[in-house]
Amino acid sequence: MGRIALRNVTKAFGDVVVIPPLDLEIEDGEFVVFVGPSGCGKSTLLRLIAGLEDVSGGQITIDGEDATGSPPAKRGLAMVFQSYALYPHMSVRRNITFPLRMAGMDKAEQKRRVEAAADVLNLTDYLDRRPGQLSGGQRQRVAIGRAIVREPTAFLFDEPLSNLDAALRVGMRLEISELHERLKTTMIYVTHDQVEAMTMADKIVVLQAGRIEQVGSPLELYRTPRNQFVAGFIGSPKMNFITGEEAARHGAATIGVRPEHLDVSETEGEWSGVVGVSEHLGSDTFFHVHDTGLAETITVRASGEVGFRHGDRIHMTPRPDQVHRFGPDGLRIE
Amino acid sequence: MARAISTRSKITFTAVAWLIGLLIFFPILWTMLTSFKTEAQAIADPPVVFGFDWTLENYCTVGFRPNLYFFDFNEFCEGAPRSEYMRFLWNSVAIAVGSTLLGIVIAVPAAWAMAFVPGRRTKDILLWMLSTKMLPAVGVLYPINLIFVEADLLDTHFGLIVVMTLINLPIIVWMLYTYFREIPGEILEAARMDGAGMGQEIFYVLAPMAVPGIASTILLNIILAWNEAFWTLNLTTFDAAPLTQFIAGYSSPEGNFFAKLSAASTAAIAPILVLGWFSQKQLVRGLTFGAVK
Repeated sequence: MGRIALRNVTKAFGDVVVIPPLDLEIEDGEFVVFVGPSGCGKSTLLRLIAGLEDVSGGQITIDGEDATGSPPAKRGLAMVFQSYALYPHMSVRRNITFPLRMAGMDKAEQKRRVEAAADVLNLTDYLDRRPGQLSGGQRQRVAIGRAIVREPTAFLFDEPLSNLDAALRVGMRLEISELHERLKTTMIYVTHDQVEAMTMADKIVVLQAGRIEQVGSPLELYRTPRNQFVAGFIGSPKMNFITGEEAARHGAATIGVRPEHLDVSETEGEWSGVVGVSEHLGSDTFFHVHDTGLAETITVRASGEVGFRHGDRIHMTPRPDQVHRFGPDGLRIE
Repeated sequence: MARAISTRSKITFTAVAWLIGLLIFFPILWTMLTSFKTEAQAIADPPVVFGFDWTLENYCTVGFRPNLYFFDFNEFCEGAPRSEYMRFLWNSVAIAVGSTLLGIVIAVPAAWAMAFVPGRRTKDILLWMLSTKMLPAVGVLYPINLIFVEADLLDTHFGLIVVMTLINLPIIVWMLYTYFREIPGEILEAARMDGAGMGQEIFYVLAPMAVPGIASTILLNIILAWNEAFWTLNLTTFDAAPLTQFIAGYSSPEGNFFAKLSAASTAAIAPILVLGWFSQKQLVRGLTFGAVK
């Protein structure tokens, strides 16, 4: 079981309130991603759940039991850190058995679990090495191994992939997702990368300045962002925002259209502008369009290769059912 | 950008460095040379530098007669020594090692708390601790002496170990604090998440990672405690008297005891010199730690 509930949880460092009162329910077996820009309090929130920071107010329950005052060791959670935080003076085997030794588990069971974990994570050949002799990806696997041997109530990941190079990151992302499929244990994952959030999460929690902006499945957030912040944060490239007359025409203070929801044409369209930089990814092409009279730049995504060059005039038409409308307070208008 | 240094300036700098080195080392060298002279040669005017009759007589007299396997002092000695070097040596070892280890046991948790769970006043406490080192020791001689008399601690190992621990504790805490600060806090947090209690966290994770730092701290403090003379001379007479008392025993206003005094001094610094020689690297690392990253 791994149900975690936060009720009215607040955190302040001195006079600085990092997290104003916040409520959150995490169901057993869910893969929850906390996402938001740097300094939004997502890591602090994770550390509050872990018990590495004390809450300034409110209550944290794990499986219905109050864990607010419990030390990290008593919460039954395992954490994977951004820096891996392996014990450099211990072999991989000792690193992975450390939580089991602390729990006073018998030697035979320790050995069985370490070998099982090493097998799952492809670490069998490295058990007698020191962390310093491993690559970044292997170190991250050791950190995950150390977390899974304990069979914790929930896993906490604090930006675990941000120290890896791009190719490795995609690989590890899949491994963590597969691990979740297999273990069906609650996982809470912190990242600033919305692609990680979209691809891995069952449920995304978007945070800004310690506040929860929206909670929902990746597609809910993508299709019906509750406010302008979420709309701009989820999705890549970023949603185009247009204010002024054009927005007023739609009965809103601001309208938002995702780059992939604009149809392009050489001859006609609702909006038009001049092509600036184009980014060719092969499968897609992104055009940064200027001089539209709507916003400084409008980004358009076209499938495959489309023949626009720098300086060409381009016409764009937003798909009518894909125009997001926001009021002057930034909230979505249905 | 690196600038090429001319040969001439290299030679000049090397010569100056050697000169300064020699100047610093000279008193010790002179003491060592004097220890091999007779009392008459020791005060000869003009002084004899090397051209004297080398003798081990002074070492025999002060009781420094170690059997070094390849060289046995006893073969050159006649008669009974005037003092028991070994007893003083043992007292020095007991006080220096005892106070350092006691200090480490107290300072590791203290430095851990200051480095990893700092409070609003941690910096102030650190500075205040250091400020106690600025107090002239003689300022607290009377109170400490009275406490020692009342508690019957004069001339005991225990009393001396406690005083020396208190004296060196600020330095031990400061050194360990600097080392601990270099250890990433996330690793200790990982230990906490892995179910380690505070004691286990310090014992299994922090201490093994800080071994080089702890070793340097121990070495430096053994040396400081070994050389400490003010308290050892004032609080001991016989039973707990360390090598500082052994040296002081040969410094007397009457009679010519320069050669014996030199032999006693050389015999007193010999063990710590050997220890220092073999641990130079560790010591230099300890003293410059944190200065360059």
